[in-house]
Amino acid sequence: MNSKRVVGLGAATLLSLAGLAHAGQTLDAVKAKGFVQCGVSTGLPGFSAADEKGRFRGIDVDMCRGVAAAIFGDADKVKYSPLTAKERFTALQSGEVDMLSRNTTWTYTRDTSLGLNFTGTNYYDGQGFLVAKDLGVKSATEMDGASFCIQAGTTTELNLADYFRSNKMEYTPITFDTSDQTIKAFEAGRCDALTSDQSQLYALRIKLKDPNSAIVLPEVISKEPLGPVVRQGDDEWFNIVKWMLFAMINAEELGVTSANVDDMKANSTDPNVRRLLGVEGVKGEWMGLTNDWGYNIVKHVGNYGEVFERNVGMGSPLKISRGLNALWSKGGIQYAPPIR
Amino acid sequence: MPPDNLTAPDVQKVPWWRSPAIRALLFQLFLVCGILAFGYYIFNNTLQNMEQRGITTGFDFLSNEAGFGILKSLIEYDETHTYGRTFLVGLLNTLLVAALGIFFATFIGFFMGVARLSSNWLVARLATVYIETFRNLPLLLQIMFWYFAVLRPLPRPRESLSLGDSVFLNNRGLFLPEPVPEPGFWMVMTALLVAIVAVFFIARWAHRRQDRTGAQFPVFWVGGALIVGLPLLVFLLSGSPMHWEYPALKGFNFRGGLEVIPELAALVLALSIYTGAFIAEAVRSGILAVSHGQTEAAYALGLRPKVTLKLVVIPQAMRVIIPQLTSQYLNLTKNSSLATAIGYPDLVNVFAGTTLNQTGQAVEVIAMTMGVYLTISLLISLFMNWYNKRKQLVER
Repeated sequence: MNSKRVVGLGAATLLSLAGLAHAGQTLDAVKAKGFVQCGVSTGLPGFSAADEKGRFRGIDVDMCRGVAAAIFGDADKVKYSPLTAKERFTALQSGEVDMLSRNTTWTYTRDTSLGLNFTGTNYYDGQGFLVAKDLGVKSATEMDGASFCIQAGTTTELNLADYFRSNKMEYTPITFDTSDQTIKAFEAGRCDALTSDQSQLYALRIKLKDPNSAIVLPEVISKEPLGPVVRQGDDEWFNIVKWMLFAMINAEELGVTSANVDDMKANSTDPNVRRLLGVEGVKGEWMGLTNDWGYNIVKHVGNYGEVFERNVGMGSPLKISRGLNALWSKGGIQYAPPIR
Repeated sequence: MPPDNLTAPDVQKVPWWRSPAIRALLFQLFLVCGILAFGYYIFNNTLQNMEQRGITTGFDFLSNEAGFGILKSLIEYDETHTYGRTFLVGLLNTLLVAALGIFFATFIGFFMGVARLSSNWLVARLATVYIETFRNLPLLLQIMFWYFAVLRPLPRPRESLSLGDSVFLNNRGLFLPEPVPEPGFWMVMTALLVAIVAVFFIARWAHRRQDRTGAQFPVFWVGGALIVGLPLLVFLLSGSPMHWEYPALKGFNFRGGLEVIPELAALVLALSIYTGAFIAEAVRSGILAVSHGQTEAAYALGLRPKVTLKLVVIPQAMRVIIPQLTSQYLNLTKNSSLATAIGYPDLVNVFAGTTLNQTGQAVEVIAMTMGVYLTISLLISLFMNWYNKRKQLVER
């Protein structure tokens, strides 16, 4: 029996037998069991992958850790469910995971017809192409008739079709379940190019035996805002996941880091900082949390800049520059509503 | 029949609720009602829950544009076709693998089953090693093995292995010249059809004549000559109304001609070798089930070994083999869903994979997919049971 059908069946069974959702249900359940069940990818360096000690690390993983920190004051109270692209929405819909943080593109169809809500964008991405250097291709427009390794159940599949259709070119898609399989098939020469979100291409490239044998083409053919997803119908939980990310971004903007957060909490006179860290003004109970939820996120996980640099930026093997993901005040488009 | 004086003199009339027949019926009725009610509850609750959670339901998505490409399709397909079309594409690809797999597995199975009983020590041992190896390795591993064993060592398209500049082999597949019929080719097809019908009647005539007079007729050779010869004759007489389209390297890969993708090759190879090992054992058990006395009796009547095998042993062995063969065919068909592991676009990969994910309608898609496998399996089962009935011992 293969895993897709198991998930499908599981979803059908759970949907059949489960009772109806009510607001606050997810937070109550999470508090009762003592951890957040978080859906992550099956292994994508920088986003969610197990490190040498077997702990999950990555920018997506830090979203889960941020939520756990906000609720429990302990970022380690998370259990991870590695999901393929095909399994992810079913797993979230059926309640197998409390939140999905798995480099998932925010699209109209997914937001409106799947019974899910996207809570924000933790990484602005775009689809690109990885090709072998000795193929001699400089641009995607030269790839008429080429074959592409892609991951099933992604927006990548649709963008690729759109791109080649609008440029009146032919292509052959070879579809695999996991990104790991796509890079293996690419290495084996089954396809001319691997196409996926650019961040993934950099992450997958370091899995090659010789990462320098392949290059990422300059073209970006789509908008891929990636972010955490929750089930529709539980607004309190939606708020928690949404404001966790906003708190991280606000913290970076205000210069609050995991290193100086204790000092800031004790000594800062900036009312914005004091509200973020729960010293004055706003109440955590509006989301069913304690007042220091923002402090806990920054203290245990870090601000957005720290999370980015540590996982995918200059502090990581991926060395991706901030680009679109810089703060709005620094030339990027990361922007969060104020905490007040 | 018991003597009359043993029956109770005055049996009271049993009330209807204590009658075993009515009771049995009632209980079954209750059970059926219970199951139906439970099924209805599940169905209703599913719909209600999905509506509550804002999940789209229904089968309307089948007529929406799919918008994604598929590696290989037996029917015309591109991104502008519907999700309903992706279902057909996946289904046909599944049927293709199942049909090819069943064909090769049967062939390998019969060959190896007979080989294992061979009196030649080497042949018998080789067959044993084959059976015990492939029967005992997980199928998924075998598929992976063939996929990467087939793929890895082959050259890239620009360094393809070629045979006479018409057949090319590289890590993208096997490219063969494709016969393209021209107008007038229908005459050749008609000739083929006529030949097949003729062979059918010749076989019947030969059978009857043998029953009547005992004289034999070489049906196999005459039939073979007819089926090959007649269309060929018409083909040449009508001025060869067909040409070959040769594959040619264009850009990144070969275009034109027939293409066998490595995913299909790996899958058919793995499925037929794996299932072939089981069929071989079924064949061996069937042959061993025919007592040796039958063979000896046939020899005593003066039949030669070949004839004995054909007319005495195999017909009896088939009765044991067919039921097992049925379950192996069913296994092979269902196992073909492992295709998704290597990216072969079968029903599970295309429909229960990409389509499910793009539409998010898991319940409908999975239900349809399960319905398909159930239908295919029941059809195979039905056919094999019919075949089994025909081959069964007719007791007089």
